[in-house]
Parts: sequence; C-alpha cells; structure tokens
Amino acid sequence: MSMSKIFEYTPENITAWTRAGMRKSFGIMLERLVECNKNIIAITADVASSSGLKDYAAKFPERFFNVGISEQNMIGIACGLAKEDNNVFVCSFAPFVSMRAYEAIKILAGYMKLNVKIIALSSGFSLGVQGNTHYCLEDISIMRTIPNMKIFAPADVLEEAAILEYLSDYDGAAFLRLTGLDGTPGIFKSDPDFDAGKLKFIREGSDVAIIASGSVINECIRASRALKRDNISCAVLNASTLKPFDYETLKNIADTYGIIFTVEEHFISGGLGGIVSEFLAGLDEKKSRLIRIGVSDEFPTAGTYAYMLERNGLNAENIANKIKNSLAKK
Amino acid sequence: MNESELKYLKDLAKKIRLDVLEMTFKAGADGGHLGGAFSCAEILAILYGKILRLDPKNPAHDDRDRFILSKGHVALAHYSVLAGRGFITRDELNTFEESGSDFPTHEIININKGIETSSGSLGYGLSIGVGTALNAKIKSKNYHTFVLLGDGECNEGSIWEAAQSAVKFKLDNLTAIIDHNKQSLDGKNIMPVKNLEGVFNNLGFDVHTVDGHNFEALEKIFMLENKSDCPKIIIADTLKAKGIKAIEGQEGWHHARLNQTDYEKFREELEKS
Repeated sequence: MSMSKIFEYTPENITAWTRAGMRKSFGIMLERLVECNKNIIAITADVASSSGLKDYAAKFPERFFNVGISEQNMIGIACGLAKEDNNVFVCSFAPFVSMRAYEAIKILAGYMKLNVKIIALSSGFSLGVQGNTHYCLEDISIMRTIPNMKIFAPADVLEEAAILEYLSDYDGAAFLRLTGLDGTPGIFKSDPDFDAGKLKFIREGSDVAIIASGSVINECIRASRALKRDNISCAVLNASTLKPFDYETLKNIADTYGIIFTVEEHFISGGLGGIVSEFLAGLDEKKSRLIRIGVSDEFPTAGTYAYMLERNGLNAENIANKIKNSLAKK
Repeated sequence: MNESELKYLKDLAKKIRLDVLEMTFKAGADGGHLGGAFSCAEILAILYGKILRLDPKNPAHDDRDRFILSKGHVALAHYSVLAGRGFITRDELNTFEESGSDFPTHEIININKGIETSSGSLGYGLSIGVGTALNAKIKSKNYHTFVLLGDGECNEGSIWEAAQSAVKFKLDNLTAIIDHNKQSLDGKNIMPVKNLEGVFNNLGFDVHTVDGHNFEALEKIFMLENKSDCPKIIIADTLKAKGIKAIEGQEGWHHARLNQTDYEKFREELEKS
C-alpha cells in the first residue's frame, strides 16, 4: 500500500463515481492515476465510451490506444508494451476480455509475468437485458487457474478507486472484475481501507458468515439486516481479493461459524464458492457447513439486472430466505 | 554483399541446420521441428548475422532491435543462432528438450539470453511486435521490431487483428517476415491464404516478396527503409526442410524423429553443402 493516497473520498468524488458506476469510474480514476504515474498506458477494444476513457483519451492521446474489436490483439499489444516497462491497463466488456482473449492472457500475461491489468467491465449480470452473450459468470473461475494472475472485485466504486490505486503501483498481471448497476449507492461511506489480499468483515455477526464478492455484497448486507429482525445474526465478509485468497481469515471463519454462505454473481462452480469449498475440503476437521449461492449450471433467461438477481437467488430477499431455510434444516 | 560476408552468413545458416539436425536426433522420440527450422535458416542467419542491432555482452540494452519469434516451434533454430552469436553457451544449447531445461521445444522469455517472448501458441507475435514498436514511438527510440511468422500461422485470426493495428498505428519501425514454406503440420496447403501479397498490400503494408534462401535478395529487402508511416512485410518464399534434397518440400517433416541412418545421411549432405 502506498502511504500517500491519491484518491480522496470526498462527498463530491463519491457522488461523481456513484453516478458514473464502476465501469465509467474506471476511466475517470485512471485519468487521475496517469497524472500521478507517468508510466500508465490505457488500451481499449472499442469501448472507450463505456469505460469512461473518452476524456482520458482526449487528454493523454499518447497514452491511449483503441485497437478496435480485437481482444486477443489487445492483450498482445499490451504485453509488447508491458515488456518494455510500461504500466498497461486494458479494458473491454468482461466476457470478451476474459474468454475471447483467454489463451493470450494465460501466455502473455500469466506465463510471461507481464505488467498488464485487465479491467473487466460490466461483469456478472450488469448488462441486464442484453442476455447471455453479455453476462459474465465464468471469469473468476477461468482467471484463477492462471498462475501469476491476481484477481480483484470491488464491492463498490470507493473500493474500486482503492484497488485501482493499488494496481497502479503493482508490477504484474491482474484481473479487475467490475459489477453492478450505475448509480447504486455503495457500501462504504469513506476510505474503504482496502488491504490487498485481505478478507474483511463488513458486518459483524455470530450465527452465520456470508462471504461475498463484488457489488452483490449490497444484497447480502440488506439480507443480514432483514435476518436481524428474525434474530439471526449474520456476519458479512468482503472478498474483494479473490486471488491470492486470504485463507488465514477463512480458516478463522471456518473455526468460528457453523455455517458459511458464499454469494456471488457468477456460476456456482469455480468462483468464490469454489475457492471456499476447495479450502474447506482440505481441512482435517470440518466444523462448518458451506452453502454456495450463485447461478446454477444453465444459461438464465435474460432480463433486467434486478430481475436477474431475483431469478438467480441473488437479491436480498432470496438470500435471506435461503439462509433462514438452511438454518431451519440444521 | 562481399564474399567474406556471404560466406559468414552461409556458414551461420549451415550451422543452424547442423545444430537443428543434431538436436532433433539427440531428442530421440521427442523429436524436433526440423522442417520449419530449415526453411527459415537463411532468414535467421541474415537477421542475426547482419541486420539486428544486438549486443550479446549487453543483451537487455534498451536500444536493441526487438526480434520476436512468433512461429515458436522453431525455437531450436533460434537457440542455435543465439549460441552462434554468443547469447547462450553451447552447453546451454545442449540442454534442448531435456527435463528442467530453460530451452524446451518452445522458447521462454529470457531477455538476458536474447529471447524476447514466450511462444509456442501461434498467432501472438505480431500483436506483441505492435506493442514493442508502439513503445519505440512513445519513447522516441530508434530500435526496430522484427517478427518472424509462419505462413500456416497466418490462419490464426489474431494475425489479421494485429496487421490492422500495425497499419492504423503507422508502424514504420516494424517489419514482419513470413516464412512462406507452404506447409503446416498436416501437410501442404491445408488452409492457404490466397494471394498473401495482395492481402497485405490491401491492408496497407509495404509488401516485398523474396527468395527466402537467397542472402543477397534478403539483404536488399531488409536494408530498404520502411516506407514512411508504413509497416513492412517480407514474404519469404521458402521450402520446408530446405537443405536436404531428399526431403525438401516433402510432407512429413514438420516435426521429425530421426533414425541413425537418416541422421548420418543428412549430416553428411549438410556438411558437404
């Protein structure tokens, strides 16, 4: 962590970022970072407007390249630049930048250990009615099998700023998964005090632990508030670093809570639930039960963001019900 | 090109072929990518013997020319020429395809040994070359980027994505060479690109076609300045397994396993050449 922070968590900034949403905040934030770190180069595959990079591109034309709709080429160019000691940020919509470019990322960023940060815009169900081509429910799963790849997913725009600031100083390959709807109020009110690699409590609780990643943590907090009224006390933990995962804290959670829920806007296999279940399976003594909440193994019918969360069990009400029912069965 | 220079380059190419033959034979059942290594022997020899501005004593020098081997399966030929120029030792070369070696079938980025990228999966070198060439533009550096592609490799869509970028970004500090040996793993003309010259010309490249085994012809094209704002492509007309009459241009030599008889016969022919 750098000692002097670049981003100020003022009400004005928070309002502007929240209005812009995670994906457009990326461009706004990168503009600030490039002013402080001359080595940054941004590349996009024809989504400068969707990623908030239009102003950045106008202000720093020599530090911006639009490669058109060619995601694997974007990774290749990024790696050529990163190899020459540039600090490269690439962005496109999450399914395209992760899956279309996957092998390029594996070899050129992972295997070659290059300094390329991959910004995955509108992951999860963020693109709402646009359907399964535009949802991204696999990225955590496939990215975490690449050695040398770090993975982050901010809970809100404030944490996005903190992670981007961290990434601007980090020399290596990383994947940043952005989710949620523009304009959604965040969970943090001031500096989120981001610690790379740490699984942190957002809410204390004694009966169950919910571990969540990305903007869906909002739903988990609302679910835990609702459950409080039923005398169920839920801890909520923010897994904003998915790789390397904070297994030390996870071990403590597994020792403390009889039941753990993972909640993610991702297929149920391979993502956060996969990370936690793999760890729990390796423990000598199992004290806690794990219930994974995520998208089941089918392509869901398309709809608005709220509809997608609700239909896939990821809104506050469904999360709360699932927890209540699981406890009743215990 | 004077005679001594020509002899030096011919010896370098001959050494590449002899090394590749030796490495392939020694690899036994693991074999080696002999066919494509032989087809680009003159290209590698002239690049490393004459064109590339490199210093084996300072391999990571910031102003060095960048050579990117995109058709990574001919790493064994690359290792040979790197040994010939003193970037790696003969002992290191001899570890080719040994367990735990830094010099496996497909090369691994190692700037201090003169290896710019990890390759082996085809289709990425031109994009990486666009990146290194852009870096030179951004930082006003004078180095030139060279990328060696296979013609079979040009079946990969990413090559065409990169080609569009090279033209759009006006990379007159980038030269791609296609080792046009008209074969890929499965044989001849599996998915030929019709009229390679025309296609690259229409994309906006400065296109040159040349006999890829003729040093004088190669030199002429390499020495031409890139047209202003224009990436250059050299389509080198070559023969797979060039150098051994019995197998030149024949199918089945993309990846070879050599028996003792063939090895000795081929070696004798190469030594006499």
